[in-house]
Amino acid sequence: MNPVPEKSLGPWAILLLIPFVALLWVPFYNSIEPTLLGFPFFYWYQFVWVPTTSILIYIVYLKTK
Amino acid sequence: MSPAPLNWTALLVFVFFFLLVTVLGFVAARWKSGDLGQLHEWGLGGRRFGTIITWFLIGGDFYTAYTMIAVPALVYSLGAYGFFALPYTIIVYPIVFSVMPRLWNVCHQNNYITAADYIAERFASKWLALAVAITGLVATMPYIALQLIGMQVAIAGLGVGGGGFPGVKSLVAQFPWLGTVVNDSPLIVAFIILALYTYTSGLRAPAMIAFVKDVMIYIVVIAAVAIIPLRLGGYGAVFHAVDQAFQTKGSATGLLLKPAQALPFASLALGSALAAFMYPHTMTAVLSSSSVDTVRKNAILLPLYTILLGLIALLGYMAIAAGIKLDKPTGVVPALFNKIFPDWFAGFSFAAIAIGALVPAAIMSIGAANLFTRNIWKAFLRPGTSPTGESIVAKNVSLLVKIGALAFIIFLPTQYAIDLQLLGGIWILQIFPSVVFGLYRTRVHANCLLLGWLAGMTIGTVLAESMQLKPVYPLQFAGQTYTVYIGLIALSANVVVSFAASWILTVAGAKPAS
Repeated sequence: MNPVPEKSLGPWAILLLIPFVALLWVPFYNSIEPTLLGFPFFYWYQFVWVPTTSILIYIVYLKTK
Repeated sequence: MSPAPLNWTALLVFVFFFLLVTVLGFVAARWKSGDLGQLHEWGLGGRRFGTIITWFLIGGDFYTAYTMIAVPALVYSLGAYGFFALPYTIIVYPIVFSVMPRLWNVCHQNNYITAADYIAERFASKWLALAVAITGLVATMPYIALQLIGMQVAIAGLGVGGGGFPGVKSLVAQFPWLGTVVNDSPLIVAFIILALYTYTSGLRAPAMIAFVKDVMIYIVVIAAVAIIPLRLGGYGAVFHAVDQAFQTKGSATGLLLKPAQALPFASLALGSALAAFMYPHTMTAVLSSSSVDTVRKNAILLPLYTILLGLIALLGYMAIAAGIKLDKPTGVVPALFNKIFPDWFAGFSFAAIAIGALVPAAIMSIGAANLFTRNIWKAFLRPGTSPTGESIVAKNVSLLVKIGALAFIIFLPTQYAIDLQLLGGIWILQIFPSVVFGLYRTRVHANCLLLGWLAGMTIGTVLAESMQLKPVYPLQFAGQTYTVYIGLIALSANVVVSFAASWILTVAGAKPAS
């Protein structure tokens, strides 16, 4: 079998860890206030992390291309 | 299912869209044409799917019909806790971005069709590959059954079923088992159609149908999240009503997580994210993409589906605010749609959910068939199988798998499938070390991974059984209780055993495969 040729992501990979910290540490966002457009913080915070994660992955993609 | 009155307008719209995708399913055989007598053509679409097709394929495959039914149901009954699906489907993408391009590369270069193919050679152990293949098979089977439940719920929303014709009634009186078959006849018809076009077109069929299905689902969800809150007085009012409802119930759950729910919430999210792309169906969709860049780009673009999932989850809250009261929360989405939408659009929505079940069910049966053919049939039973022979075996296995899932849903209690799917999630996580560690320069021995897998499977199953098939287990540690997802506990044991045993072997002078 051929060895795995995929190069390592290097230091940029740290960016990929941020969503884990942001979302798995529940006390960061388990609150009602501040609300946004009627959404309690708990909910809109999670929604905000969807595009944020995409952008973080995109940065790593560009930097390791 | 509670028998709703038959809704003709909804039924007609439903049947129209169902026929449309049936035609597509068969036409798909000619799409990006290749020799469907070859397994990589039938079972991986010839690895020709670019960024957009892969996006629809994985989206249609990972965010299933059952998700559309079950996530709102969970949020409807458990509130904030049910939202673990959101962090889960966010953090899954950094994992996909880091791991899956490596797997795609190695599988593409060596013409592997399944993850077990790669493990067989990477660790020079067809037994480890067998363990991985069997785990994939048993984890997928109940998952297919759950798609059928999703379809059942959507069909019940139309008010179809019940076997009301007089002649049928007298027959049913004589043969009770016939009653269940008659009640589920729309489901059976839908599934036979699915089985036939999967058989002829392979992975191309769900790839083509995924496009229609996802456009429909996006329309339904955007309409729902725009229209329904308007009727209910805006999102603020919806959340307020939900808060009131949970507080009057005085339940151990609510609009926010209770302190005791935080760790189960986070560990379920993490464990599910690690498991998500170990399933044969998600893996198959990744391996069918045309380049490593396609895989990477999809990790960036797929989170759009997570927004959709979050909105779908909110349907559970909208149902509470709309005053929908149900004993069985699985019916919550159809009940909401029937209450709020005009008939024709309710029919469109149910068609979207039912078609949403076809895509993952097809890919799951193809993934399972690929595993059986390559890693059980060819590896152990008939080593001389030709590429054409492989394709024939896989087609037939995909049929068998679907018939099995159908029989399971029709003749056994629904709860069995749900329980088995929960166990399946714990089990599939146990192949994570074998699949992922091999992609990096890790010094682990095949037999040690096998030992770790065995430890993880055993501990996971025993703990889940001891909790009456609940996903979390209260660990006692230094006088404190930590309630953690069982899959993660089992995975930790698995990793510790794999590494400890490998370290002992290495010290003893044995050389790991590299």
